[in-house]
Formats: sequence, C-alpha cells, structure tokens
Amino acid sequence: MEPILQVENLKTSFFTSNGEVQAVRGVSFSVEKGDILGIVGESGSGKSVTSMSILKLLADTGKIKEGTILFEGQDLTKMGKAQMRKIRGEKIAMIFQDPMSSLNPLIPVGKQVAEMIKEHHPEKKKDELKREVLDLFSRVRIPEPEKRYNSYPHEFSGGMRQRVMIAMALGNKPDLLIADEPTTALDVTIQDQILKQLRGLQKEFGTSIIFITHDLGVVAELCTRVIVMYGGLVMEEARIDDIFEDPKHPYTLGLLASIPKLEQDKGQRLSPIPGSPPDMTNPPVGCPFAPRCPYARNICAAECPEFKEVGEGHRSRCWLLDPEAPSDHNPFR
Amino acid sequence: MWKYFAKRLGMMAVALFFIILLTFIIMHSIPGGPFTSDRKVSAEVEAALNAKYNLDAPLYEQFFDYLGGVLRGDFGPSYEYTGKSVNDFIANGFPVSAKLGVITMVFVLLASIPMGILAAVKNGKWQDMAVMAVATIGVTIPSFVIASVLIYIFSFRLNWLPTYGVDTWKGYILPVIALGGYSVSYLARLMRSSLLEVMGQDYIRTARAKGLSETKVILRHAMRNALIPVITVLGPTVANLLTGSFVVEKIFAIPGLGVHFVNSVSQRDYTTIMGVTIFYATFLLAMIFIVDVFYCLIDPRIKYE
Repeated sequence: MEPILQVENLKTSFFTSNGEVQAVRGVSFSVEKGDILGIVGESGSGKSVTSMSILKLLADTGKIKEGTILFEGQDLTKMGKAQMRKIRGEKIAMIFQDPMSSLNPLIPVGKQVAEMIKEHHPEKKKDELKREVLDLFSRVRIPEPEKRYNSYPHEFSGGMRQRVMIAMALGNKPDLLIADEPTTALDVTIQDQILKQLRGLQKEFGTSIIFITHDLGVVAELCTRVIVMYGGLVMEEARIDDIFEDPKHPYTLGLLASIPKLEQDKGQRLSPIPGSPPDMTNPPVGCPFAPRCPYARNICAAECPEFKEVGEGHRSRCWLLDPEAPSDHNPFR
Repeated sequence: MWKYFAKRLGMMAVALFFIILLTFIIMHSIPGGPFTSDRKVSAEVEAALNAKYNLDAPLYEQFFDYLGGVLRGDFGPSYEYTGKSVNDFIANGFPVSAKLGVITMVFVLLASIPMGILAAVKNGKWQDMAVMAVATIGVTIPSFVIASVLIYIFSFRLNWLPTYGVDTWKGYILPVIALGGYSVSYLARLMRSSLLEVMGQDYIRTARAKGLSETKVILRHAMRNALIPVITVLGPTVANLLTGSFVVEKIFAIPGLGVHFVNSVSQRDYTTIMGVTIFYATFLLAMIFIVDVFYCLIDPRIKYE
C-alpha cells in the first residue's frame, strides 16, 4: 500500500536563550492510507514536536533543520507559507490535547467550525455551511446540534469541546488526522467514548490517523502500528500485537510495566521507570535511555545503537539485540 | 443582569455621597476661608459676608443645605467671582474640556492600539524596539515637561504652532500630544503584552491549524481577546485624561473646567471646589459603569449576577 505520509530523518530544534534544544533528532516513519499510527512516549520525548513539524506549527523559536516530510508526494518542509495553509485544515487536520483552551472563548462553536470549511471552500453559502456543521455535530454526537450551534465554548464540558474539535478537524474530510493526546485531559469514560468515535469516523471517512499519546493502553484500543519515542529518537517500531506480546526495547518494557492492570494484586505496586528524561540542550552521545535502563552496559552510554530490523515490520534501537551482546541479564535472549 | 446594573447604579449614588461628604470635610478643615485675603478686611465686613453666604451656620447645617442644592442641580454661587454660579463655570468650561478630552481620546486609541499591534507582531525586531522606546519615554516623563519641550520646539523655535489657546485646529495639536502622551504609551504597552500573551494561546494554534492566514488569525481570533484588558483600563484612562487636563489646560491657557479646579483650591472658593469635584466624580463613575457594560458585550463569559 502507498504511504500517505513519509517522514525521513526529521530533525527539529528550538533555539532558545539557553542554547539549541534538539527536540527531534532524526525521526523516520510512514503512515499508510487508512492506517492508525500511534506515537508513544513520555513528556519531552519529541512526539508532539514531531507532529507540529508536519504542519509547521512550531513556535517561533522552532526550526526543522533536516529531513523530508513527504505528503502525497510533496515535501512539506520545502513548502511556502501560502501552500502550507492550503494543506492545513483541508488535507491534514489536527486535534489538540487541551480542549478547554483550544477553542476561542469569544466565538460561538458553530461559527468556529464553519470558519474552517469556509476558509478552504469560500464558494459555500451560509446556510450550506451551517447545514454541514450541524451534520458534523450530530456525527460526533453533540446533542441538540441546532441549539448548540450558537453556544460558546465555556458552556460546554471538556468532552463536548473535544467533540467540537473533532467535528472541526473532520470538516473538510482530511486525508490525515493528527490527534495530539486528544483524550489526556478527559476522564476515563469520556476518553473511551471519544476513542470509539475516532475509530468509527476513521472507518467511515477512510482518514489516516496519527495518534499521539503517553498511554499504551489507549494505543492498544485504537492503533494498528506504534512507534515508541524517547529523547528525540524512535526507539521501537512495531505492529500493535508485537509491541504487547514481543517488545524489543527496555523502554517499551518499562512503559508496559507501568500500565495498571485490573487483576493486579493490591499489594503489588506499579513499577514506574526511575529517573527523568535527558536534557535535550545537551543530548547524550549514546542511547538516550541508557541512564535509566536497568540493563545498560558500558557501550550504551558511549555509542547510540542503530535502528535495526528485528522481525517483520518490527524495528528497534538497542545494543541488547546485537548478535554479540552477552546473554546474561538480557531480557531479549 | 439588569438587576446587577440597577444595583451598580445604587452603589454609585452611595459612592457619590461619600465623595461629597469627604470633600466637604477636608475642604473646611483647611485653614482660612473664601473671604480671607491679603488685603485686610474688617471683622464686621467678613462677618457680614459669612452671614450672607450662611458660612456662620454649623457645618452639618451647611452640608445639608449644600446637598439639597446639589440634588436640585444647583451647585451654588461662586464665592470668588460675584454674580457667577458654579453651574455657569461648568456650562462654559466643560464643553471646552470635553472637546479636548474627546479629541485626545480618539488620538490615544488610534495611536496606541496600532502601535501595540505592530510591536507584538514584530516582537523583538527593530519596530518593536522603536515603539517600546517611545512608549517608555511617554510613561516616564510627566505631561507638563512634555508640554514645555513641545512648546519650546514647535512654537518658540520653529514657530509652527501657537503657544496657547484652541481657537484654530492647530492649537489642539500640542495640548493633545501633551495630554495623551502618557495614555498612548501605557495603552500601547498593554496592547503589546496582551496581544503577545493571546498569540501564545492554544486557540491561536487551532486557528493556524485551520489554514487561516496570519492576518486573519490576528484580526479574527487574537484582537478581540487581546482588547479585553485594554477596555478594562479605558475607564481609568479617561480619568487620567481628565485630571491631566488640569495641568495641560493651565499651560496652554485653555478656558476649560480644569483651570477653575486649580484656581478654586487656592482661593478657597468652596462651592467651586465642591461643584467641580462632584461633576468630575459623577463623570468618572459613569465612565467606569459604561466600561462594565462594554465588557459584557465583548465577552460572552461575563454574566453579571
């Protein structure tokens, strides 16, 4: 199948008064048509910066230094501002993390959704726009869409606002939807509803989705493939089943161990990964996870391992997978 | 909401009563009186004058007499200028002051908001630095200094503009700049920081993700939000223009209300002090009230209870 998006060796940095923050340091992945790709990692892993780089919505200090982002055959990194605007909202749409602050507080929600359609289809009449927005509202299950059209964001709950955001993102039937932690700020029952809805809409519209989250549990429910990011690098890439059944990176193991389980003993504690993510103004030379890795060896801190194929559609970046790696204290042997 | 506004109006009346009471007490506690002067006036004459204007009555009686007059809209006669009432001063002076004030307000808004937007959009670039440099000067240097410097350059040296009076439109240029300088600078800085803050908000990112151009993002999404704090200070800004006008009117010899205010204090012209103070206070309270109403119109989240 033809990939709709192909990111190759993407490097994005922020130039701040404290120096260059190398948030993304050579990330490659691709999204197939109709695929749902999960990007997993903790705060500061570079997952959000990766998604912002695709739409070039980085803060003023951020810059794509290297790499290509091929979308439907065109390189987004080489596109001018005007061309980029034609893609945003029309071909690639985005849903953001915090629905409480992502809508303009002074404009009625219906108008905010209509604005997105109008921007790319100026020929559409007022009543046609309104009809489309009401249709979108009922698709994302906003009750009484007619009445809600003129409501302001503060009159909505968080879950309802996120539905408005989803309705907005789907307004122009985009080819690719980037959802940056869309359920993180919501409570669990609402989270589940939103995920079901995204899956349903993905089937209906055939939209490809990049789903960014720090929660492997959410990934399990939704995605077909996963990349695990850490320290601005992709650590592991695999089909969803392989990530849960045959993980090939100590960081993935750590993430899996920190998911709470229903049948877990009350006496048994969750095992969080000790330590904190690396300082990206001065990224480590070796594997960025080495300082927190329970299996780290001398070589891990000295040299960064390559991203290697370990199975069909399964790649990982770890010295433990090297054929010469010793087998004692090695979870992959 | 109407109930809230009715309540606000009631509170304004209470505030006004205390303003009158306080001014009255403070004014009467200053030594001397309207008929104390350098020329020696015989005790009989002073007593007769005091009796004529009821100044020999107990203070509380004078106060309630005066309050009764104010409620009927009568601010009483001037003690300094025979045959003139305070109502005359206000009727003659206020239109002049108001004209200067309105022109200055328009100037302030037309200058400060675009300056603030320019500085925010060009954040960190030379345009930003230039606007901020001008704004810093405007905030730190008092209006009478600006006025003197302007008069020296444009009237005295270059001879382009008149030094006093507002008989022609040219006469307004220097007073408006001197009077509005502070407010322009203050509002430009506020507009800049407010817009910069709004531009960092998530909903601005959403607007950009929709594919809107930067101009549309600023005009449709950022401006209205950024204007909220600016509107909040418009009430006090009007106050600033009014109180500032005392000094500027004096410097440029503009026959407005401010001149009466300054002169009446040194002359202990009780009724004029009171009348002008009450008039300004009412005006200010009304301005703040209007700003509150405006607030409600621009921000749907505000529902006064």
